Amino acid sequence: MPKELWKGNEAIAEAAVRAGLQAYFGYPITPQTEILEYLSRRMPELVRAFVQAESELGAINMVYGAACAGARVMSSSSSPGMSLMMEGISYIAGTEVPAVLVNVMRGGPGLGNIAPSQSDYNQAVHGGGHGDYPRIVLAPATVQEAIDLMGLSFDLAEKYRMICMLILDGNVGQIMEPAEMPEMQPVANRNFDWATNGAVDRPRRILSSIYINPPDEEATNFRLAKRWLEVQANEVRYREYFLDDAEFVIVGFGTAGRVALSAVRAARAQGIRVGLLRPITVSPFPFQVIDELAVRARVFLVAEMNMGQMYNDVRIAVRGRVPVEFYGRTGGIVPFPDEILAEIHRIAAGRLAAEADPRGAWLARMEAAR
Amino acid sequence: MTTPVPNNVVYDRPEGFTETPTHYCPGCTHGVAHRLVAETLEEMNLIPRTIGVAPVGCAVFAYNYFDTDFVEAPHGRAPAMATGMKRVLPERIVFTYQGDGDLASIGMGEIVHAAARGENITVIFINNANYGMTGGQMAPTTLPGMKTTSSPNGRDVETQGYPIRVAEMLATLDGVGYCVRRSLHDPKNIRLAKKAVRLAFETQVRGLGFSLVELLSTCPTNWGITPVQSLKFVEEHMLPAYPLGDYKVTPSVATIKI
Repeated sequence: MPKELWKGNEAIAEAAVRAGLQAYFGYPITPQTEILEYLSRRMPELVRAFVQAESELGAINMVYGAACAGARVMSSSSSPGMSLMMEGISYIAGTEVPAVLVNVMRGGPGLGNIAPSQSDYNQAVHGGGHGDYPRIVLAPATVQEAIDLMGLSFDLAEKYRMICMLILDGNVGQIMEPAEMPEMQPVANRNFDWATNGAVDRPRRILSSIYINPPDEEATNFRLAKRWLEVQANEVRYREYFLDDAEFVIVGFGTAGRVALSAVRAARAQGIRVGLLRPITVSPFPFQVIDELAVRARVFLVAEMNMGQMYNDVRIAVRGRVPVEFYGRTGGIVPFPDEILAEIHRIAAGRLAAEADPRGAWLARMEAAR
Repeated sequence: MTTPVPNNVVYDRPEGFTETPTHYCPGCTHGVAHRLVAETLEEMNLIPRTIGVAPVGCAVFAYNYFDTDFVEAPHGRAPAMATGMKRVLPERIVFTYQGDGDLASIGMGEIVHAAARGENITVIFINNANYGMTGGQMAPTTLPGMKTTSSPNGRDVETQGYPIRVAEMLATLDGVGYCVRRSLHDPKNIRLAKKAVRLAFETQVRGLGFSLVELLSTCPTNWGITPVQSLKFVEEHMLPAYPLGDYKVTPSVATIKI
């Protein structure tokens, strides 16, 4: 297929359609509304299900119902809307049915604003709904990557009977860039052997997240954890840039990773041996590759559009062997490459934070610069 | 050895039921409401085509009793789950079974909008004027002055508001094809309720829009009175507050002969 100019939100909507999306349920919220609007035209013309729900609570439970029926289904929202979906996400996870969700993240907490942010990393990767449940979280940095991961997300969700969430900062949702669409896949009747789609010529099935007997619930938690080990072993994805001889390793996902790449290139031109690791799956997190990099790198720098959320995961992988510095912009602000470049200069000059957690020093620098 | 078959069966387990004994308290009318649904599914040959959506509340284990595919919804969200299922399986019959805390309190948004969209689903709504499963707290349907564990001096409408009449309210919506209130307090009313449940499913089978049957029910355990007194309570106190009637029967539904 030729490259076309696509807006991020519309691109992932079309990519989902081409991946055989059977049903979409959503609610308007900036900066993801174009997904809803695009699919409100596209799904009916293909005679597929589209409902603008009364709320994100309604939308996620429509997703839950369609997922139980065995349909390829998704919803999308932005940060405050995702918070509302957390109840349903926990139920979907507990019922072990596949569903795909997209969070086009904006500045928070609370109503926040509508500018790009990565401050829902913890909610997506570590938290959100109640109970112990694993989930796959993918973080594209470009429109093309978002298109490619959209199709993959359905396959992963169905393979592992798990939620697969795409987290895009508002930037990836709103940017327009040339990208190539995949071929249209037909809608497949997957006939899952667990789906509640009517007990015609088979014994009836029940789908629920209720295990009233504690040993049954424990067994369920063990089963989910075992499946997660499989995901961790097989599905970690990341991109490496200039890491072969890197003394300094930047770690950044999504737009922060993309901006950091410009800074890394500029620093390389100045002869600084710096490289970038950009996690694509932030859950499962690329612990292993960071573990290996920590043996040969001198300093890590985590760059994020939040107050240091992925930072904690990088620290776990580095295990105190080398310093892990932090630089973040938050509240809906995207860092410029020059800001990351200045940070690269700082760590290359050995001006590191004195404390174990560098975020206090970072905050002091940010406040002094205001 | 074969089980002796009586030659004059007048009452038996309907095909729509599994053989699981229910967990409901003695004298509770949930069992009657379940039976009306199970009989209806059997009579209409819908058992293999039907998917039920259980609520959170006393009927949380409804999926154990009906011999159809079943899912278990988060509290109040059954109409949204049913929407998702019906939209991807339009040829299947999808029903929710919800109590008054589930439907009229936490799930009010979901039920109103499912009705407004005219989702082609059937809702069996049990109104027993309290939260049964959690031990008898005040529900949106609790009568003024009625004592519950969270209105120990009786529901004071000045501070705790007034009962919600669900059937009347939903009947105002254009997406609704059939919306009625019946009661389960005596055999005559149970027969009328059965006919209403049948019409509700007939509405769905014919694609005539959203259908709901509100059933006035008893809760002897939490009301703190005997089953017989509970039936009397429905007749004397619930019926005046929740008049029985057909609140919305669209002309196309009215022509259905059963």
